[in-house]
Amino acid sequence: MTLHIVVTAKQVLDPETPLSAFNVADNAVSTAGNIPPVVNGYDEQAVEAALRIKEAHGDAKVTVLSCGTDFALDVIKKPLAMGADELVLLQDAAFENSIDPTMAVAALTAAIRKLGDVDIVISGRQASDWDNAQVPLGVAESLGWAVATIGRKVDVQDGTARVERVLPDGHETVEAPLPAVVTVSNELGTPRYPNMRGIMAARRVQPTVWTVADLDLDGTASPAFELVSLKKPERAVQTEMIAGDDDADAGRKLALRLREERVL
Amino acid sequence: MADALIIGEVSDGAPASATLEGIAAARALGVDQVAVLMPGADSASAASAAIAGGADIVYTVADGPAADGEFDALVDAAQAAVTLSGARYVIGAKTLTGRDVMPRLAFRLGTALASDCSAVSLDDSGRLIATRPVYGGNAEASVACLGSVAVASLRPKSVDALESDASRSGEVLPLEFEANVRTRVLERVEEAGEGVRLENARVVVSGGRGLGGPEPFDSLRELANMLGGAVGASRAACDAGWVPSGYQVGLTGKTVTPDLYIAVGISGASQHMAGCSNSRTLVAINKDAGANIFKEARFGVAGDWQKVLPAFMEQLHELMG
Repeated sequence: MTLHIVVTAKQVLDPETPLSAFNVADNAVSTAGNIPPVVNGYDEQAVEAALRIKEAHGDAKVTVLSCGTDFALDVIKKPLAMGADELVLLQDAAFENSIDPTMAVAALTAAIRKLGDVDIVISGRQASDWDNAQVPLGVAESLGWAVATIGRKVDVQDGTARVERVLPDGHETVEAPLPAVVTVSNELGTPRYPNMRGIMAARRVQPTVWTVADLDLDGTASPAFELVSLKKPERAVQTEMIAGDDDADAGRKLALRLREERVL
Repeated sequence: MADALIIGEVSDGAPASATLEGIAAARALGVDQVAVLMPGADSASAASAAIAGGADIVYTVADGPAADGEFDALVDAAQAAVTLSGARYVIGAKTLTGRDVMPRLAFRLGTALASDCSAVSLDDSGRLIATRPVYGGNAEASVACLGSVAVASLRPKSVDALESDASRSGEVLPLEFEANVRTRVLERVEEAGEGVRLENARVVVSGGRGLGGPEPFDSLRELANMLGGAVGASRAACDAGWVPSGYQVGLTGKTVTPDLYIAVGISGASQHMAGCSNSRTLVAINKDAGANIFKEARFGVAGDWQKVLPAFMEQLHELMG
């Protein structure tokens, strides 16, 4: 039996965008200039985790699901270039990126049901835009599947997912019966770079596109949130820069200043 | 019946600090009755401490998988507690457990989670308004929770717990529910750090990419020892393998609120600041005078840490005798 792995991948604004080019206006976030979007970093780690399972397992297929509106094809095809087999875009005006994860959860759940034979869903622990860290968990609850979060290592064997989870002061190994949803974290390691052959192969793949009409979204929950305001956080700090004759002198003056302020 | 329910945790036989903070946040909403779920509370003292901390009703789970901290069972317990309490506002914390349990609970209740909130309040019509950092802390969003139940998780240490009042009285009820555990823990490995725990340290000395390797962390440890503090790190330093991931301070690491936070060779990406920006005094040493960290620090030295730090420590030594 072919093991069917689904990876969820979100296209996000580049989190490395310099603050000066990061704009918040009219309850929306944008970047100045032509900074291209990227695949959410943790989702690239999810692709990496899926590819490692595929290599270990042999007979496996990796399908990437991405939910959104305006896809940059060369960006969202990166998981294909890394080695994933198929790409399904859930593309519809109704899937506009929002702080409310309700619609993304409903769309991904419906798409996984439509694929039908999925054994495991692997997702990044959170997306770098809204930092909700809940779409994969919502999908698991909607599907009624087992969950394991914040993995640094994922193996599939004998109908179970074995996940090494990162803890604040250590790690633990958990076992979830398949089908299951697993999220991964940066501790998994750097995702592979696409090689030339992968990039060429990805170019030839035409993504499947599903809209609301293609998905059974009956009974979709109503919105959970209404966005009241979105703004740049206020910074109230008055910074005092401490200079000296040279760096060492500045270091000494810093200690004296902290003592003066009774910080030390 | 209660208006608000706190999804609590027990730590060393007492309510976890994040749980007492949640109770305080619920009290600040001005609601009548606050209930708290305390799985693992098998002692009367833990329940009493929650009542003294502002709770009116405590639901306890003395044994079984929820008491043992199994996430699947905790979601089941939380769902049962929501039903039993009839609470309109459900508040948890972004702890290790809360990260897993709270989103799942929210979706089971037919809504979504306002996660990692720095503040919660009520608007005129009684809707929960949740304020939370987004885009790695580069923006701040406020959302109104719609629907019949609002579910939010608080970032630890964003609210002060109430002063404990032993004269308060409340009700303690054992919670009955059916647990359905699917994901099982096979093995847990503690990688105990030495010295003061990062989360509780009054002084934290953190290093980042600018340190260039693992060795300079020895100097940071020396400084932390001098000040009775702990060593932390940015995600970049952890990802590079210079220090274990347990050192990570930031959005996806630990939240610290020490009296003094010294950031060495850390540029101050929002990702990192999310974990330390509530420190009382933030001091930054960085070569790049334009680094973001200097916008957030109270005191800054723009210089080479290899020269600044030894002189700083020497002077410190002198001052401290």
